[in-house]
Amino acid sequence: MAAITIEDILARHDGREGALLPILHDVQAALGYVPEAAIRAIAKALNLSRAEVHGVVSFYHDFRPEPGPRAVIKLCRAEACQARGSEALAAAVRGSDRVAIEPVYCLGLCSVGPNALIGEAVHARLDVARLTALVEALA
Amino acid sequence: MTAAAPIVRISDDALALACGADAVAAAFAAQGCEVRRVSSRGMHRLEPLAEIDGQGFGPLAPGDVAAVLAGTSGRAIGRVEAHPFLARQQRLIFARAGITRPLSLADYAATGGWAGLEQARAIGPAATLDAVEASGLRGRGGAGFPAGTKWRTVAGAPGATKYVVCNADEGDSGTFADRMVMEGDPFLLLEGMAIAAHAVGAGRGYIYVRSEYPHAIRKLEAAIALAAPQLAPFTVEVRVGAGAYVCGEETSLLNSLEGKRGEVRAKPPLPALAGLFGRPTVVNNVLTLASVPWILANGAEAYQAIGFGRSRGTMPIQLAGNVKHGGLFEVGFGITLGELVNEIGGGTASGRPVKAVQVGGPLGAYHPPADFHLPFDYESFAAADGLIGHAGLVVFDDSADMRAQARFAMAFCAAESCGKCTPCRIGSTRGVELLDRLGASDRQPRGPDAVEALPQMRNAAKAPRGSAAEIALLEDLCETMKFGSLCALGGFTPYPVLSALRHWPEEFGA
Ligand SMILES: Cc1cc2nc3c(=O)[nH]c(=O)nc-3n(C[C@H](O)[C@H](O)[C@H](O)COP(=O)(O)O)c2cc1C
Ligand code: SF4
Ligand code: FES
Repeated sequence: MAAITIEDILARHDGREGALLPILHDVQAALGYVPEAAIRAIAKALNLSRAEVHGVVSFYHDFRPEPGPRAVIKLCRAEACQARGSEALAAAVRGSDRVAIEPVYCLGLCSVGPNALIGEAVHARLDVARLTALVEALA
Repeated sequence: MTAAAPIVRISDDALALACGADAVAAAFAAQGCEVRRVSSRGMHRLEPLAEIDGQGFGPLAPGDVAAVLAGTSGRAIGRVEAHPFLARQQRLIFARAGITRPLSLADYAATGGWAGLEQARAIGPAATLDAVEASGLRGRGGAGFPAGTKWRTVAGAPGATKYVVCNADEGDSGTFADRMVMEGDPFLLLEGMAIAAHAVGAGRGYIYVRSEYPHAIRKLEAAIALAAPQLAPFTVEVRVGAGAYVCGEETSLLNSLEGKRGEVRAKPPLPALAGLFGRPTVVNNVLTLASVPWILANGAEAYQAIGFGRSRGTMPIQLAGNVKHGGLFEVGFGITLGELVNEIGGGTASGRPVKAVQVGGPLGAYHPPADFHLPFDYESFAAADGLIGHAGLVVFDDSADMRAQARFAMAFCAAESCGKCTPCRIGSTRGVELLDRLGASDRQPRGPDAVEALPQMRNAAKAPRGSAAEIALLEDLCETMKFGSLCALGGFTPYPVLSALRHWPEEFGA
């Protein structure tokens, strides 16, 4: 399967109102980050300045300006998970070179935390053993 | 129960999946059962929950399946609908929870689906507006603004192009009711949006869903494709947020939908008059819109008859955090905080004493058990220096460190600030520093720093500051944030901070 290009993505959203976020999501999903070249192409296609597109990319936590780690576990660190021990869990389990553990603020599973999101898979009732197993499975 | 191949109902909601529902479903299927994936009952402690002929079993692991089928399982909870957690509820929005398959149009129609939209079309836009207004429905996103008033403004605004925007950003910790509607009963939300569009004369709608909810996004997209004929001529599209809490604020959300930075807009103009792309726009929370079909189908009076004070109808309350029986509890306004936490929630999951309950998300106050008499409605909580917000309750046991919670509130505000106003953008960072100083174990009175020591800084304290002076500074900072912020992110962050300080002063070194 041929790799998806910025041009494909731009074509997919041609004429859509308020298309910038959907385009950035697609770029982020296809490449794992939003490179400078994409910002230039998007700015041209949407008739925006590069600074405007930059400003949007930097505003939102989901968009990365640089390639990220190979695998990311988003561990919830919001209040309801804090009340169920997420801070101690985060302190006890470290990621690795290949697997990053990053904070996320609420996954909407607040009665069964601590919780984590990996891609689109959700994991609840985590403890040190279960989170460690998730890290190892991804390594 | 018939001996051969019973029908087993298991939720496919994200929470059930996170607790392992797929593996349990597969284990039942391997035993020859017909498995139906339904929405969640909202009894989260029992997930994965399986229902066979109305009898419940949970929480299950795949290894429990054989015993369930043999009738010897210790996980049996009896008749699901008789379970005390469900029996005490009054479910209007969540009437189908645990009963229907989320993407089955047949299930939806068989359980009263589309009756509200049909009624709205039969009586026309003006009478639909009257009904929503008469119901007393208030916005469920936090501010409690009357939905009918907002809709009437949009309906009366000039212009041929109008929008209905559903706020599904649900960023508050401790809340999941929007998610459960989107995943469990997506047609209900679409029906509510179509009624709103019909009432105000909008042709197009958007649902802005946070990116942390991938399952809700998939379900909504599928539901929109399936229900397009029922919704026509109204069309709806899902748009995905990008991890910014402030985008739940309605004007920030509109900027984000337009493809801009999620900065908050000054009001006026109201979004109802100049909203998405400058057009008249209804912005409502998921639960607000999901309340509307019932109102149209059953009448405004029936809705008015439920509730407390000026808060009419039901509220899906979300019991979360360190609570024994967490989950979704929909009930008329007016139930007390203590009933919710102790009777329904069963106290803490850890078995330790309840210390604090944060109500209303990261901008909500921390309430001690002394507040347990408060009836759950907008006005009562406001009078107690709190807010109900989106009705999330986060329970903490006696191991909670309230200074750390106050610090988190400030740090969260600093991280999520849209940057438009100084008290929010800078004040929150100063708040974190203050709370760090108050928490330092080797605390010494702090002398003036290099800037404070300058002769020009006439108002800066020159004497060393002890805890009392630092606390006074924190209170001052909170006042500035309250009154100098454009939106509730900066304006309400003082609620969790000041409530923690007021109720647990000893933890701040006071
Ligand atoms: C920082 C901030 C975050 C908010 N987050 C949400 C949210 O996630 N969902 C929501 O419905 N309303 C949220 N609101 C409230 C909205 O601004 C707005 O009041 C609401 O969408 C109006 O709909 P309603 O009248 O149906 O409640 C937030 C407000 C602020 C200030
Ligand atoms: S209070 Fe904070 S989030 Fe709200 S508008 Fe001001 S800077 Fe933005
Ligand atoms: S606070 Fe962790 S899932 Fe909501």
